[in-house]
Amino acid sequence: MATGILLQIAQTLLAIVLAPMLLGWVNQCRAWLQGRTAPPITQPYRTLRKLFHKDAVIARQASPLFRIAPYMIFGCMALAAGLVPTIANDLPLSPATDVIALVGVFALARVFLALAAMDIGTSFGTLGARREMLVSFLAEPALLMVFFTSSLISQSTELPVIVQTVAHKDFVLYPSLAFAAVAFWMVSTAENARIPVDNPTTHLELTMIHEAMILEYSARHLALIEWAVALKLYTYSALGLALFIPWGIAPQGDYGALPLAFATVLIKLLAGGAFLAFLEAISAKLRLFRAPEFLGTAFLLGVLGMLIHSLLEV
Amino acid sequence: MAELVPLDWAWGIVLYWLALAGLTLLVQRTQRLVTQLVLPMTTLGTLGIVGVGLAGLMLPASHFVLPIGLPELPFHLRLDALSAFFLTLLGGAAFGVTVYAIGYLKGMERGPLALLVLWYHLFLVGMTLVLVADDAYAFMVAWEVMALSSYFLVTTDHKIPEIRRAGFLYLLIAHVGAVGLLLCFGVLDGGRGDYTFDTIRFAQLTPFWATAAFLLALFGFGAKAGLVPMHVWLPEAHPAAPSPVSALMSGVMLKTAIYGLLRVTFDLLSVQIAWWGTLALALGLITAIYGVIFAAVQSDMKRLLAWSSIENIGLIIAAFGLTLVFYTDGKGALAALTLTALLYHSLNHAFFKGLLFLGTGSVLHATGERNMACLGGLMRFMPWTGWLVLIGALAIAGLPPLNGFVSEWLLLQAFLLTPSLSQPYLNMVIPVAAAMVALAAALAAYVMVKFFGVIFLGQPRDPNFRHAHEASWPQRAGMIWLAAGCLLLGLLPTTVVAWLQPVVTLLTGQHLPGSANWLFLTPVSAQRASYAPLIFLTVVAVMLLLTFVWVRRIYHGRVRRSDPWDCGYPEQDARMQDSAEGFGQPIRQIFEVFMRVERDVPDPFSRHPEYRGASLDKIWFLLYEPIGNAANWVSTQAGRVQHGRIHWYLIYSFATLIFLLVFTG
Repeated sequence: MATGILLQIAQTLLAIVLAPMLLGWVNQCRAWLQGRTAPPITQPYRTLRKLFHKDAVIARQASPLFRIAPYMIFGCMALAAGLVPTIANDLPLSPATDVIALVGVFALARVFLALAAMDIGTSFGTLGARREMLVSFLAEPALLMVFFTSSLISQSTELPVIVQTVAHKDFVLYPSLAFAAVAFWMVSTAENARIPVDNPTTHLELTMIHEAMILEYSARHLALIEWAVALKLYTYSALGLALFIPWGIAPQGDYGALPLAFATVLIKLLAGGAFLAFLEAISAKLRLFRAPEFLGTAFLLGVLGMLIHSLLEV
Repeated sequence: MAELVPLDWAWGIVLYWLALAGLTLLVQRTQRLVTQLVLPMTTLGTLGIVGVGLAGLMLPASHFVLPIGLPELPFHLRLDALSAFFLTLLGGAAFGVTVYAIGYLKGMERGPLALLVLWYHLFLVGMTLVLVADDAYAFMVAWEVMALSSYFLVTTDHKIPEIRRAGFLYLLIAHVGAVGLLLCFGVLDGGRGDYTFDTIRFAQLTPFWATAAFLLALFGFGAKAGLVPMHVWLPEAHPAAPSPVSALMSGVMLKTAIYGLLRVTFDLLSVQIAWWGTLALALGLITAIYGVIFAAVQSDMKRLLAWSSIENIGLIIAAFGLTLVFYTDGKGALAALTLTALLYHSLNHAFFKGLLFLGTGSVLHATGERNMACLGGLMRFMPWTGWLVLIGALAIAGLPPLNGFVSEWLLLQAFLLTPSLSQPYLNMVIPVAAAMVALAAALAAYVMVKFFGVIFLGQPRDPNFRHAHEASWPQRAGMIWLAAGCLLLGLLPTTVVAWLQPVVTLLTGQHLPGSANWLFLTPVSAQRASYAPLIFLTVVAVMLLLTFVWVRRIYHGRVRRSDPWDCGYPEQDARMQDSAEGFGQPIRQIFEVFMRVERDVPDPFSRHPEYRGASLDKIWFLLYEPIGNAANWVSTQAGRVQHGRIHWYLIYSFATLIFLLVFTG
């Protein structure tokens, strides 16, 4: 138990530290693919450092909610990151929050961000909040459907058990997981405000979703939110790896496998980040009202995955 | 003297409330006595009801025959675990609402006030008696007391035509539903003429008559609960009623219909048929999705909450359907899990919907405005109301670690266990049903961000609201009670679930395995799924604290206040924020097939542009309007024979006489 708690804390800290690096790596890959000179992989850390040194500028009419929200969002994302098995599979926290609760954690962070965006009362803030909630009301059930498919296969809603089932039992091909994986990719682009649903580098307010919500934030608050964004990307990547290609994660109690697990996860993240950058480089951003169609497809794919499981695999 | 059982106490409290209703009439000339003497005494009764309910859950069922009613037809009362659970719900929500009412009703004129308080007591009495009635006759009498008193409560401001109209619609649908219930009890009784529930329980109905009884019950109780398509009265009546009344109607009265449905289906009927469950599941899911979509496009804050009540009732009825599906399939343990989710959600809804309606009451009191398009920024002027409503909004959006999440979690867990069902077609229907529950839950978050964000955040859309006053202390106390309920129900699920088990055992014959560890809610097995909100909350709090301390350490803490960024366009005002209309626009665009959208867009050169948009319920136009038109047509045709000339009426009498003579001869 004690080692479990240590491992839990270590994995959470690792996620917090590594997350900006993953973001840096994706940006770097994308710059390469687009034929630009890439920023160094440590660029996100520098941005964070810069933001932490600035004076916070807060609108006069901001309520306390506006100032609490960044901490809340960062706290939720750090918790979520700690819940996903990346290196070791024994996470003492996971019985407290299973995958359904994990979706709840994401939703909590999102609702706080949307409320904070509406707090100042500028038109862009509310616009961003509305769009974010629009994207999420389709993305969230789709994510649940993906989790349900995995849960039906492993007979459990706890991530370590799911990983255990897929990684360490007899190898079986699950067609339903293929549908779930595609749905998961579509959901994660939407939830992480990436192309094709949103563009993280946009400077045009009218097309913004995520950026429109955080227009009013500056300095430490913005730094926390940016960090939370990086953590969210990391968490989603780790989730994708844990659900669909979990091989390499050290089983419970096997501490000898940890170094290898660490190396595997790094390689998988690097490969996954490069793949994400590739997908972003070859696609264009959708018009906002195409986004519901895109996410509706993800939702239907998720449901199809579940249906296929109950038709073919039981 | 015999020992007093909880049922005697319940009856005692009913008499106490009736006495208070009488007292209200005596002191009606002194407005202060009504709010500061009668209402605080009422709260004691509600606390007593909570006590009765809690005791009733622990103790065996008790009977009681009242020597009132018609000759040879006394009232039978009975308190078992099911009644006790709903009594607890009633008392818990009514306590908060009544405490709130002490502050809320202070400024009311004394005439309407006395009437309101009088009907309020009768409403409480009616609901209590519905829950403890043990024969069809007592049940229907109590049901009518509840319906009529709530009608008079809805029409408190009867001078406004819209409110009279809303009240009439409510009364009409309540009575159409009541006819369904009467017929249902008639079928259940099977012509033996003894309407006590004890006799009904032992009646052996054929599947056909059992189905007829179930469908009538679903219709009758569905009309009360707001099941689509009988939901039309909810969005009209809830905004019309004073806020504490809306809170009580939405939080508690809708649950009496759920109580009735459970009572008839699982207790009174001796056979259950599988397809009933599928039907209820489908109707419930349609109601949930329909309700939440319409909640998202409302501009009136109380109407939005009314639609959200429809959504929650839909989820509860879907859980009811799933319970039936499991139960008829012989999966008692799963039925127990779903029923637990159902009861839990009913309790949760009583608390958070009560809280939200009270919050709108405070906003209405402070600003006199119900239209969200004119509100905004109230968090700064009414911080107590704002933060308390935020708790309610997060809870109803199903976010951990609050209570709405627990019941949704239990329900979703139940869906995940369905592949063990024996009928393959159900195994295919149920993933789709789970997806719809997830969709409804996600849309509820949309609705609540809209509700809270437009009313409490941003800038006030009307400058007068800068003088909006905070709710008075009794109002705050009422809301704090309900908010604390939301928190505790969310944080202590193991205790609550253990406490629901007598009801579950009574109805399904099985109960959930007790959790090994009081921290972890494990409805099936620890390996399968578990949830520990207290640990969750602790971890989030620790994370928050650590982040805060750490940011404080590395950061200098300088803060500068300035105007918000105006994108280089300085002429911005508060009316440029998203209105409630605007926030609902994407949902309207996506789900336009369900609504009739009416828009008046002003001329571009108009000096005083006026914009009007309304998203109306299509069911009203497709179902109710034709019925209304047909009724009108029939009455007009019938009116032709009445022209006020005496000789025609004599001819009618004569013709009738001849007809009867021929007919009988």
